Parts: sequence; C-alpha cells; structure tokens
Amino acid sequence: MTLFRRSEFIIACILVAAMIIIGLINPAFWSLDNLFGLLRANVIIGILALGVLVVMISGGIDVSFTAFAVAAMYLTIKVMIYYGYGGVLLPFVAATLIGTFLGAFNAFFIHSFRMIPLIVTLGTGSVVRGLLLGLVGTSMINIDKMPQQLIAFAKTDLISLTSASGTNFGLTAMILIYFGLALLTHLFLRYTMMGRSVFALGGAPEAASRVGFNTRNTLFVVYCFAGALAGFAGLLHGSMIWLANPRDFVGLELDVIAAVVLGGASIFGGRGSVIGTLLGVFMLVMVKNSLIIMKVDTTWQRVVVGLIIIIATALTAWRDRKKLV
Amino acid sequence: MQNSSIAKRIFFGQDRNILQLLVITVLVFALMSYLNPDKFLRYYNFESITYIMPELGILAIAMMIAMLTGGIDLSVVGIANLAGILAGVFFHHVITGTDQSTGMIMLYTGIGILMALAIGLLAGVLNGFLIAKLRITPILATLGTGQIFTGLAVVLTGGPAIVGFPDGWNYIGNGKILGLATPFILFVVVAGAVAVLLTRTTLGVNLMLIGTNPRAAVFAGLRKDRMIFYSYMLTGFLAAIAGIILSGRTNAAKSDYGASYLLQAILIAVLGGTNPAGGKGRVLGVSIALVALMLLSSGFQILRFSNHLIDFIWGGFLLLVIALNAFRNTDR
Repeated sequence: MTLFRRSEFIIACILVAAMIIIGLINPAFWSLDNLFGLLRANVIIGILALGVLVVMISGGIDVSFTAFAVAAMYLTIKVMIYYGYGGVLLPFVAATLIGTFLGAFNAFFIHSFRMIPLIVTLGTGSVVRGLLLGLVGTSMINIDKMPQQLIAFAKTDLISLTSASGTNFGLTAMILIYFGLALLTHLFLRYTMMGRSVFALGGAPEAASRVGFNTRNTLFVVYCFAGALAGFAGLLHGSMIWLANPRDFVGLELDVIAAVVLGGASIFGGRGSVIGTLLGVFMLVMVKNSLIIMKVDTTWQRVVVGLIIIIATALTAWRDRKKLV
Repeated sequence: MQNSSIAKRIFFGQDRNILQLLVITVLVFALMSYLNPDKFLRYYNFESITYIMPELGILAIAMMIAMLTGGIDLSVVGIANLAGILAGVFFHHVITGTDQSTGMIMLYTGIGILMALAIGLLAGVLNGFLIAKLRITPILATLGTGQIFTGLAVVLTGGPAIVGFPDGWNYIGNGKILGLATPFILFVVVAGAVAVLLTRTTLGVNLMLIGTNPRAAVFAGLRKDRMIFYSYMLTGFLAAIAGIILSGRTNAAKSDYGASYLLQAILIAVLGGTNPAGGKGRVLGVSIALVALMLLSSGFQILRFSNHLIDFIWGGFLLLVIALNAFRNTDR
C-alpha cells in the first residue's frame, strides 16, 4: 500500500515540476483559459485510459479500443440521423453497448484461443475499422447534420467566463462525467470481488485460477469494460468536436497506452491505479498541448510522445527490475 | 524410404505447419482463379505481385526475428520510412542540378543506400539497448521508438512526401535482373541469408533457445542480453532494406507510408508459423504465408473490393489463423 502511494506521489511531483517549468517558459500556461482547455482535452483520452488501465492491470493490452470508439460513435450518429432521434441518454447507452459487444469479441478470442492480447486486438481493431470504412461509409458528418441535442449537451459548461479580450470560455461539464467514471473505476477495482480478481489475474494467472477466481469471467468483464468505455468516449468525442469522422482516432491508442504507463501501471499486470492514470493522462495532455505555448514546432510532437513513452517505461522497468530474470 | 522421410522433415519441419500453409496457398490460388479466371491468371498480375511483395516480406521476416525471443518490433515501419526519407533528404542536398556526371550520381546513390542501412542498424541498436539492457518490454519500447522514428521522419520532411530519387535508387524498386523484378531477387537473397543465419549459426540457434525458455537459456550460459540485442539490430537492418525497396518502388518517401504494413507484417509472421511467445519461426513458412496473402489481396483487388474491406479481410484472416492454430494445438 505504501509502495502504491509512493509511486503516485512521484508522478505528482514530476507533474508539478513540469507545470512550474512550462509556466516559467510561458506564463500564459497559468491562464484560466489554458487550464480549462487542458482539462477539456483530458476528458476523452482519460476515459479511454481508464479502460486501458483495467486491461493492463489484468495483464493484457488493448490496441483495438480506438476502432471500437469510432465505430460506436459513427454507427450511433448515423442511426440517430436516420431516425431523426433527438435524445441524449439513449444514444450514449447504445454507443456503450456497441463498445461492450465488440469488447466481448476480444475476450472471446483471447480466452478461447489463448492468444496474445496484442495480436488479437490488432486483428479485431483492423476488422472493425475495415468494416466501418468499407461498408458503413467514409464521409464525415459535420455540424450541419450532427444531432443538435448532442452538441448542446456537450457544450454544457460548469463555469462560464469572459476573457479580457472579450471571448467566452468555460470549464466543460464533461469533466464531471470523466471524474465520475474515474471514481466508479476506482471503486470497482478496490472494493468489488471482480475488481480484486482483475488484480489477481494480472499478478499471477495460474494462482488466481487455483484460488478460485473465475478467470474467464474476469477476462470478459475486463475487455467488455474497456470496450464500453471506448464506445461511450467515442460518442462523447463526436459531440464535443461537433463532427463524426470515421477516420478519427488513428494512432491515438499509442497516446492512451503511454498515459497509462506514465501513470505507473505495469504492462506485466497486477499493478496500476486510477489516481496514477489520471495524473499520467494529465501529464501527457499537458506536455503535448504545451509544446505550442513553449514555441516548439508541432512536427516534434510525435518525437516528444515517443520520448515520454520511453522515459516512463524505462522508469517503470527500473522499478520492476527485480521481477525479471 | 529413409532418405525421403529425412528430406520431408528438412522441408516441412517437425510440425505440419508448412504443409498446412501450402494447402492454404493452393486453396487461395484456386479460389481467386475461379472468381476471376480471365484477370487473375495473367502474367502481368503475377509480375506486379513480385514487385509489391518484397518490402512486406522483408518486414515480416524482420518481425519474425523479433518474435523468436518472445518480443515484437512495432517500430519496423517507422524505421523503413525514416531510412527512405533520410536518403531522400540526402539526395536533395547533394544532387542539385543536371550538371553532375552519372558517376557522381552513382556514388551518391551508393552513399544513400549506406546511410539508409546505417540508420536502420542505429535504430535497431536503440531498440536493442532499450529491450536488452534497460529491460523495457519490447511492446512498449518499440511503440515508443516507433513514434520517435516516425516523428523524426515528420520533422525531416515537414509533412509532405519527398520525391525525386536518382535512377539507381528507382532501379532497386522497379528494375529487372534477368527478367525478374529486382526487389524480388533482393527478397530471395535476404530470405536465404536470414534462413541460413537462423538455422546454421550460433546466433540463430541461441535465439530459438532463448525464445523457448529464457530462464533455462541464461542458466545454460547463453549470453541472452547480447543475443537479443543482435536480433533487434538485425530487425532494424532488415526494416531499412524494406524502406529502400519501398521508396525505390514508389519513387517517394513519406512519414506515413505503409502504415497498414505493421499489421500485415505481424499477420504474415504469425500465419507463417511463428510463435509470438518465442522459440519458433521459419523463413520458409513466412515466405509461403506471404505468397498466400499477396494472392488473396491481389485477387480481391481485381474483384474491386475497396482497400478498407481488404484491411478487414487481413484482420479477419489473422483471427482465423489464431483460431486454426489453437485447434491444431489442442489436437496434440
């Protein structure tokens, strides 16, 4: 327990140090406008990261969730437009269910054929994306056609302010959804039998099944959970950017995995926490977004993300070094 | 009788994998010939396959080498693009006008090839260092370095494709030697060399042993870290060769070329009988799997399937193979 606390404490310290450095280079970092923008940018990556966190704790990895997110978003919005449906709650339920269903496929393949999760999810991700683009469509649905209720819902602000230059900005209420899901994930992992079995499965699969955990059910819950969060995040993303683009999210899985690893989760499973992940996501989003205000050319963005992944994984590898022979 | 069974074992290996692959290839061939008899069975179709196949095949062999020790290399496409782009940038700087003699251009082309191969080796050294020395999981290490290589490629080009490679470079991708495609001959040479390396040298045998049981390999006195280090160097080197062929064939280099090659390389390696958990993999198997999948995708292209649907078919094929292998293993 103290070790877990320590690991998150270190991440928090690095985060604060990074914030101070960025703030010194460009004081505009501390403006409310920028901070609200950062929090807003956290929402989607954060929700996706919660799913990846649970998968990683179980000892697996998922690279298909971005395809699931896009599929859930695009299908839901297409159906909404087709029927002219104007609600908000039902579409989100539908998107979540689509994600859950697709996640079950991952679990089925990983469990039934005992195949490495990376390869299974590469396959399912490519299948889902290929079907979506090949059969459903490749055209974007832009703001004219997007269901207005979704946009209105995602526009909800907690605080609305007017900046000195006269433009309006606010803190999006979606951040509450993100924190709510984070709290739920935390409670699930810490205080439910299923949550504990996720840790057990990731720590030692053989031992977990011998002490009586149902590893099959656990696997299904883990990948369905990741799929559900992905589906939900996908639709929320579409609503927040007022655009449903079936080619969206390509390559985002790397950022999300990087954020989760940055947050102290171990790729070998059995280790990781929601608080660490929240911090990791914030760190990644902050560094990426702050390159612009630090006057670094945007072409360097991918190099920086790569370096962050390497440094974070090198640190966790160093932390876990005794485990490896 | 004895002789023939030995020959059979050498060719097919201990498992029936190669045989199964040959059957799949023949089935795919028959299906595609049946679906479009007049277009599929043309000489032109097979010739174009020999041009498109090599770059993917070399990437798949590179992926197989990484998988032999239970690892994976997600940065191969990044390395390939970076190698092509670096050479392209070099050519842009040195080959400026039309006044240069062909001799100088040949020299520059040679330097460009060496630079591309060197950057591949260097990238492999970085991967090997992170994986063997710092003990970072291969998935994460190569995920990170793949971002770095692609990112550097973006920085070098600023986004758009680099065009205008010298003729010698194009020859690698589009030329003919004795009526056969140059890239195809390169592929055969590379595949043969890797096959010899894996089955007839200490490095190859050690890699198989490490992949089968890493702990036992360490206790048996194998230099595990060093061998894994070399294997990622080799992977990077092969990826650079694939990059040279790719940029030679298309006469251009771009940071996001061949993005779908990553999945396809993994698929071909796994389909070819490589065990992603390590210890098993043969160049022959990967080569047959490559032919099967090239026939499949060219057949669907002739049937005017969209590229997205072909992506779907590749992914579906991967899942199918996983299922097939699982059933075959439970039989034993």
